[in-house]
Amino acid sequence: MIRTRLVAQRLAFLFLLGCLFFNYPLLSVFNQGGSLFGMPPLYAWLMASWLVLIALLALVVERKHD
Amino acid sequence: MLQGWVIVLASFLYLGVLFGIAWYADHRADHGRSLIANPVVYALSLGVYCTTWTFYGSVGRAAANGIGFLPIYLGPTLLFALAGFILYRMIRVAKSNRITSIADLVASRYGKSQLLGGLVTVIAVVGVIPYIALQLKAVSNSFTILSSYPDIVMPASAGAVPLFQDSALYVAMILAAFTILFGTRHLDATERHEGMVAAIAVESIVKLVAFLAVGAFVVWGLHGGVADIFARAAEVPEVARRLTRADTSAAYGSWGTLIFLSLFAALLLPRQFQIAVVENVDVKHLNRAVWMFPLYLFLINLFVLPVALAGLLHFPAGTVDADTFVLTLPMAHQQEGLALFVFIGGLSAATGMVIVETIALSTMVCNDLVMPLLLRLRWLGLAEKADLSGLLLEIRRWAIAVILGLGYLYFRVAGEAYALVSIGLISFAAVAQFAPVVIGGLFWKGGTRDGAVAGLVAGFVLWAYTLLLPSFAKSGWLPEGFIAHGLFGIELLRPQQLLGLTGLDEITHCLVWSLLANLGAYVGVSLLRVPNAREARQASLFVGGTDLAGHTAWGGSAGVADLLPLAARFLGRERAEEGFLRHARSRSLKSVDELPGDARLANFAETLLAGAIGSASARAMVASVVSEEPLGLDEVMNILDEASQVRAYSRELEQKSQELTRATAELRQANERLRELDRMKDDFISTVTHELRTPLTSIRAFSEMLHEDPKIDLAQRTRFLAIIVSETVRLSRLINQILDLAKLESGRAEWTVAAVDVGEVIREAADSLTALFAEKRVALDMDDLHPGLTVMADRDRLMQVMVNLLSNALKFVPADSGRVRVGAEGTASEVRVRVWDNGPGIHAADHEVIFDKFRQGSGGTDVLTDKPQGTGLGLPISRQIIEYFHGRLWVESTSGAGACFVFTLPRQAGDNNKLATAERESQRGGPAAGAALSDSGGKHNGVRGGSQ
Repeated sequence: MIRTRLVAQRLAFLFLLGCLFFNYPLLSVFNQGGSLFGMPPLYAWLMASWLVLIALLALVVERKHD
Repeated sequence: MLQGWVIVLASFLYLGVLFGIAWYADHRADHGRSLIANPVVYALSLGVYCTTWTFYGSVGRAAANGIGFLPIYLGPTLLFALAGFILYRMIRVAKSNRITSIADLVASRYGKSQLLGGLVTVIAVVGVIPYIALQLKAVSNSFTILSSYPDIVMPASAGAVPLFQDSALYVAMILAAFTILFGTRHLDATERHEGMVAAIAVESIVKLVAFLAVGAFVVWGLHGGVADIFARAAEVPEVARRLTRADTSAAYGSWGTLIFLSLFAALLLPRQFQIAVVENVDVKHLNRAVWMFPLYLFLINLFVLPVALAGLLHFPAGTVDADTFVLTLPMAHQQEGLALFVFIGGLSAATGMVIVETIALSTMVCNDLVMPLLLRLRWLGLAEKADLSGLLLEIRRWAIAVILGLGYLYFRVAGEAYALVSIGLISFAAVAQFAPVVIGGLFWKGGTRDGAVAGLVAGFVLWAYTLLLPSFAKSGWLPEGFIAHGLFGIELLRPQQLLGLTGLDEITHCLVWSLLANLGAYVGVSLLRVPNAREARQASLFVGGTDLAGHTAWGGSAGVADLLPLAARFLGRERAEEGFLRHARSRSLKSVDELPGDARLANFAETLLAGAIGSASARAMVASVVSEEPLGLDEVMNILDEASQVRAYSRELEQKSQELTRATAELRQANERLRELDRMKDDFISTVTHELRTPLTSIRAFSEMLHEDPKIDLAQRTRFLAIIVSETVRLSRLINQILDLAKLESGRAEWTVAAVDVGEVIREAADSLTALFAEKRVALDMDDLHPGLTVMADRDRLMQVMVNLLSNALKFVPADSGRVRVGAEGTASEVRVRVWDNGPGIHAADHEVIFDKFRQGSGGTDVLTDKPQGTGLGLPISRQIIEYFHGRLWVESTSGAGACFVFTLPRQAGDNNKLATAERESQRGGPAAGAALSDSGGKHNGVRGGSQ
């Protein structure tokens, strides 16, 4: 439940984590040539970290017993 | 086969299906079985965020600068991570205040200001028009391209096409008609549109599936997978440069700016507010949306970059607009069905956006702009009109038509100069101007109406100057020199390098200036003065979540007779009466007429009206019939203080009342105990008097006989004197016992505690009674006495107990055949003494009664058939004594089978503490008048139940 303070705070933590994932300086680490799993590193990083963030969001809000 | 008529037919079929879905959902809602009361539908309907910008424009953006399309979707993901703080709060506030649009929210927050509502509406309409133009452009372009199949022809510039041959005009007209049919069929007090939401959710699925289909076709149908596309792109230098980004701080800055811009847009765009807040059925649905909506965004972006790269690889540079790759790639490979499906997907994206956006805007235009103006124009006489609900719908219909018309106009004027995404970003930057007043309004109580107006005006002006006007200039509707050399040729005023700020892209540039000015003016002007009463009240409602249900801004009052007709004029009589009846029922009243004309009713009417005409107008309307007593700031502050104080008090009160309840219960118990004692005291006194009178009467009778008749012979005289002596003894014993008991009970008895041999005491007591036993010929058996049992006790008192018990037994056994047996034994912790007799025994019910004082004299026990002689004090005194030494005294007996009195005393060893306590108590007892009672007389006994 989003209503509980703890869940809201966990979500806010994920917000900060997302800000870190999607911005400088992490971006510049991946912003280079070459390939990661057959994809440009920057694209691979963004899509993967985005998916991880979504999974974490789901984990936080869908957990039943807290 | 993809002739124009096929496409048109397919489009109308699709719109027809949507309409059917909407109709069905409305139908279900009317029957109380909502289709959209479901978290998944809520999450899907949020997908209205993805318009043709996403569907066609993202690929174009990716073709131009690679990953640069992505921040627009990362921002909303981050917004939903903050859902617990922002969205949840917004929904709660909106629901409790019946807020129906973003303009309403801002107006309501800053004291229900009509000016502010109007201002937000103007900014929203002007700001969103480019966005609507974007949809028209995308749909008409895709139609033109698709209908020239199998050739791939880019559409001519809209300006070059005569007005009535421009497909965008027809698209705009059809969308307007469709939206009017969809959204303005009836007036709902809550501005909710169940059917629309259901249709939007379906559209979200259609556009997602269409895009995924194209993506899959391009990635696996045309290439050997994602890795294959990236590998090929890396080989072409011109394409490969899209795979990385410029590694400059400006590039990262603009990336971050876009993330936060889209975060605000996903919250503040009128259509997002409509879907996320107004159409929200249950705030709990937000839970699911927190991850499902970001997942939707992720999926719809999965193939954007691969499709863009494939398009760049496939078409020679400059021949095909990258915004159309989604459509032209299937067409180039003769996938007619897929191309048509893509067109429908794009149509979904466009119609979804246009429907929700224009409905939201038309509500705002009607409630916050047109109605307040019309109501002010007295010569129209609107204030006197009986039913305005039809007018409200009419205004909304016209607003929809006008907004789409303006969208089309912008498309004709400026649509050609920009790619889809760039047009959309202009709108994003416009709605971002709401961020300071909305978010500030939810978290900061200090914001005032003046501050909000100043912030919005400053932000809007700078947005228009740095972003909107240049878009006209680039299209040739303003002189080019305006961008290159600034207003009036002043270089510092160049709209896209304001004050010489360079190095930023135009969106970041605009946001830096407009949001700085906006925030600065909002905070700065707000701080110029203290919020007035109404602002303070609204602030506490929005920020503190204070529930002011009991306190209202309405100082005065008006009756149902005034308010019901008022509501009926805007809502229609039926809906108004329904609402008032609900309100009456919620106050446990049977009918509307019973409603008192109080402030609560006025408040209810205001909230009801707010749903239909906006909070600011509703306030003005109710004020026109309610004699409002203006509240001063102090009063409002008092109300708020009072509210919090009252809460504190009520908590305290609750605590106190609990304590009181406890205390009352204790008191009641004590009182009952006292009454019982009082009653017992009365009984006691009457019994004592009675007991004293009996011997006294016989003493008096015999004394008188002796006194009056001197001739009584000696034998007779001696017998009389013996009786008198015996009765006197009995009398003094009785008095001694009463005194003794009183002393024991009051704790003033004197105790001499020492080690006492129990066997010795028993023997001594038996010895003193030998004569009486012999007289009645009763056998006394003392074979069971274990030797050497010592306890810490008062020897004389213990003796008293033994004598009591023995004489008691003697009293009730039959003469000649009577037997009494005494036994004493020791365990590790206690000494146990038994006095058994073969008398008639005692009923189980009387086992405790006999230890009460004078119970034989109270008359309360009908088991007594024969009033035994005795004081009735022996057993109570014995029990007092035994309990004083922490022992117990009780009786074991069944009626007709003899009785056995048992007492225990703790052993000397191991009970030093208790005894020490006893000793201390005895010392505290103080000097007592009477010594231990030597109750060795043979006649006394306790009361015994059972028939004797």
